Amino acid sequence: MKNAKGVPAKHAAKSPLFALFIRDLRASQRIGGGTSLGVVFFLILVTLSAFAIGPDLALLGKIAPAILWISGLLATLLGFDRLFQADHEDGSLDLLLTSSTPLELIVLVKCLAHWIVTGLPLAAAAPFFGLMLNLPINQLWSVTLSLLAGTPALTLIGAIGAALTVSLRRGGLLLAILILPLCVPVLIFGVAAASAGPDSLVPFATPFLILCALTLIAIAGAPFAAAIALRQTGT
Amino acid sequence: MIEESVILVVCAAHGFIIMQLSASRLTVERGGRILFSDLSFAIETGGSLTVTGPNGAGKSTLLRVLAGFLPLAGGTLSLTPASGETLAEQAHYVGHADALKSLLTVTENLEFLGPMLDAGRGGMAVEKALAAFGLSHVAGLPAAYLSAGQRRRVALARLLVVKRPVWLLDEPLTALDAASQGLMAQIMAAHLAEGGMIVAATHTYLGLAGRELRLGAVP
Repeated sequence: MKNAKGVPAKHAAKSPLFALFIRDLRASQRIGGGTSLGVVFFLILVTLSAFAIGPDLALLGKIAPAILWISGLLATLLGFDRLFQADHEDGSLDLLLTSSTPLELIVLVKCLAHWIVTGLPLAAAAPFFGLMLNLPINQLWSVTLSLLAGTPALTLIGAIGAALTVSLRRGGLLLAILILPLCVPVLIFGVAAASAGPDSLVPFATPFLILCALTLIAIAGAPFAAAIALRQTGT
Repeated sequence: MIEESVILVVCAAHGFIIMQLSASRLTVERGGRILFSDLSFAIETGGSLTVTGPNGAGKSTLLRVLAGFLPLAGGTLSLTPASGETLAEQAHYVGHADALKSLLTVTENLEFLGPMLDAGRGGMAVEKALAAFGLSHVAGLPAAYLSAGQRRRVALARLLVVKRPVWLLDEPLTALDAASQGLMAQIMAAHLAEGGMIVAATHTYLGLAGRELRLGAVP
């Protein structure tokens, strides 16, 4: 096998959380297409919506922020079931539990690695897909910024669902049912921020700051909820 | 292939402090039924406990309880002298799952565990630990390409990469060939010699001198 060089790192990572971060990024990168698959799914959803709505360009441009946000939400949903389940199945979760690093921080770092692989590419791809939907040029940045600020909240809310369904073989559907209702506030303010253009009634900053607040609340709360759920997996 | 000298030198360098792991009147429930109750034992520094019993007697469950993954339904569990760390943080748990990421190389898998589990006690360099288990030639391979016995040896190699005083081993010799079994016996003996403790659940003879705890069949 030539692809596996196994070159040892010059300096072994000293911080446990950094080591975990690097491991998760490496693992998702090696799975192959982890990042691109989410973006391709995003593209397909956007394209399907455009086909379904038809050639009314004015209408399409008007609802483009909503289409991008719903597609983004569904695309982030894809990878959640593996967020903790892979670690649960191969036994690494047990190892993480015997670490002296708090499980809450472990959850947070795993979410960060997951977001970089799934959420960040969506935000980066959104302006290009916005063009496909006839989104006004001056709104492209507001869609991108709103996804950038909102997708971390989606990832963290998803982590709660992923932790609750970690020991279920086919927990994907249950996970979606559990977390999609919780994503409604993020969706509302995300779309509100994304739709704000220079000539709209609501300024961009109002919904955008609430969106940022939702993300901060998720950062503060979700790791605790997910960690409690993970500690219960044995029982 | 076997580098006994490496194991012995590193182990002798830092012994563990004198400790006692004691369990008194443990009661453990699994799925609503009591697996065992009023189970008491104590292990001193350098001591071992071999847990035997028929399938379903609760050997694995006992180890998972000791590792803190399952709650106690009754009884107390303590590691003295008390330190800031819990028993789980001072213990290595090697269960049925090998805890390897199949897409990462053997070296990457172990290099992650170093910082993740290390609590400032040090340990062996990954290359040395792999050499001790005769795995140097597969160090660069993704774990997915390893045989069951090789995966097992990589899982056991973390016992050397991160030094922890208490080893909780669930069927440690599964899938190992005779040479590796002998090697593991030496490594366990070296761990005990430097003041560690081992609790092992097994069906086979491990060569541990310590006491045997026989869990009864479930009625």
